[in-house]
Amino acid sequence: MNKIFEVPLYAYQRSPDQDTASSVRHKVIVIGAGPVGLAAAIDLAQKGVPVVVLDDNDKVSFGSRAICFSQRSLEIADRLGAGGKLVDKGVLWDAGKVFFDNRQVYEFHLQPDAGYAHPAFINLQQYYFEKALVERVRELQAEGAPIEIRGQNKVEAVGTHNDHVKLEVETPEGPYNVEAEWLIACDGANSPTRRMLGLDFEGRVFEDNFLIADVVMQADFPTERWFWFDPPFNRGQSALLHKQPDNVWRIDLQLGRDIDPEQEKQPENVIPRLKAMLGEEINFELEWVSIYTFQCRRMERFRHGRVLFAGDSAHQVSPFGARGANSGLQDTDNLCWKLKMVIDGEAPELLLESYNRERVEAADENIRMSTLSTEFITPKSDMSRLLRDAVLDLSEHYAFARPLVNSGRLSTPCAYSGSSLSSADALTGPEITRPGSACPDAPLGEEFLLPKLAGKFTLLTIDADAPDSLKEGDVTATRLALSVKDDLTLELKRRYLGEAPGAVYLIRPDQHVAARRDTFEENAFRQAIRRATGKE
Amino acid sequence: MTDLILSPNLENADGFYADLVAAHDGLDKADSDALNARLVLVLANHIGNANVLSSALKAATLKDT
Repeated sequence: MNKIFEVPLYAYQRSPDQDTASSVRHKVIVIGAGPVGLAAAIDLAQKGVPVVVLDDNDKVSFGSRAICFSQRSLEIADRLGAGGKLVDKGVLWDAGKVFFDNRQVYEFHLQPDAGYAHPAFINLQQYYFEKALVERVRELQAEGAPIEIRGQNKVEAVGTHNDHVKLEVETPEGPYNVEAEWLIACDGANSPTRRMLGLDFEGRVFEDNFLIADVVMQADFPTERWFWFDPPFNRGQSALLHKQPDNVWRIDLQLGRDIDPEQEKQPENVIPRLKAMLGEEINFELEWVSIYTFQCRRMERFRHGRVLFAGDSAHQVSPFGARGANSGLQDTDNLCWKLKMVIDGEAPELLLESYNRERVEAADENIRMSTLSTEFITPKSDMSRLLRDAVLDLSEHYAFARPLVNSGRLSTPCAYSGSSLSSADALTGPEITRPGSACPDAPLGEEFLLPKLAGKFTLLTIDADAPDSLKEGDVTATRLALSVKDDLTLELKRRYLGEAPGAVYLIRPDQHVAARRDTFEENAFRQAIRRATGKE
Repeated sequence: MTDLILSPNLENADGFYADLVAAHDGLDKADSDALNARLVLVLANHIGNANVLSSALKAATLKDT
């Protein structure tokens, strides 16, 4: 079947760093070649920052793992040069069924949200995502970009200093030392970097175990999301069936707290459960089974001097709502432009503090949303269960109860509400584009808005005047002049103006709104640029 | 902003109360509790207004006078 797990994608090769008398110092080292580490490296390399990725393995991750990539992740992948490939390969779905106890309570069809380049989400095995990013790394290398992945390079020790980090790296040919001005730790939930620095996760909201299975079915099984609350084959817990590319179906069976993982993983225990879910007559082949244990928690801080934590190494949530890999990609999206400016001396180191604050806010939001879903799926008190069951029973008869059914709320980008980088809102405009928010996409005839806002500060004007560019210190914001007439569907107006006749937006390189006003006022926007770059 | 009505407002107070009690006739405790829970949700959806619902939650605790 799928041999992608077995092929080394970045096989070990001796690096010149292993033969030097003194340690070589790199600008940035990323630990971990998962989706988050690869995204960080590509983002930096595209900005011209030299980067080396170290990974203790040399292949994509085994098993499907993260499977649901959100619209925001696809938009980020676009800027990394890999978005189209992902959407082409991924599975789109818009229908689902919800089961409670032994019956179906309702089915739904999602109405596609018009006016976005990308769907709300796609299903795609993590290994395809990683493979697409590794291919992008190879393209960048062919163009001469300063990016390198070193397979079978396991970091054994981390030493932190004021202006650099020292690493001891183990390879098949023995250890070597290497240094980095900045280290980004994307080494997953069990982050060795975190452990070696003596840092730990704070909080521990709850923990749970999931049996995760990839099943291959040739059957013409429908492309739908099926979610079970309290089914006969998994009493008191939940179950989820999801379609992925290549006729692979992902099954998540919640197991609860006190379980024996080895016992649960045995095929004689797994197969009867799957038959109960899928129906006795369905033929399937078990491709991969794993027990996933998680705790809902985060690090107290994501930045420790020259070490920055991103993705699962910094925060963990339940799988409900696809908030793991998706939030990790938003971490690097938030981090890389700031790191680039600090490295180039265009912004003070203080700017990196805003990475910590903004992404901690996002992690807290994800943990909160994930906790609400978990409470609905496995109610903790008798009354909570009574209300949950009432919602599900009502949902079978009345549409009003269906929005209350919570089997995970899909990851959407966090609007950084109290960010020190944002200026006070000076437009009576839509809530979704207030300062701190990620810019929603909008159609512009045959094109879309977001690709025009890529990777730099932009002064977006909609039926408003402004100079072609505004230079404040080392930072230049370039104008993008639009009119509501550029979008006959009026989504641009709806998302960016509301009732306002015109607007001027200052947009950050990660496509979050830094400031907005009804008209251009030079001093206000100069100040907004200073704020957005940590200078005020 | 809509306010929660805490003065008499039922069109037929005695009739509604009798219906409410009667709805539970013959139900065991579990089914009765489930009925109440469904009723709360049906009424909450009808009200819809977040301010009224939040005031109602507070009023029902009998702690806010």
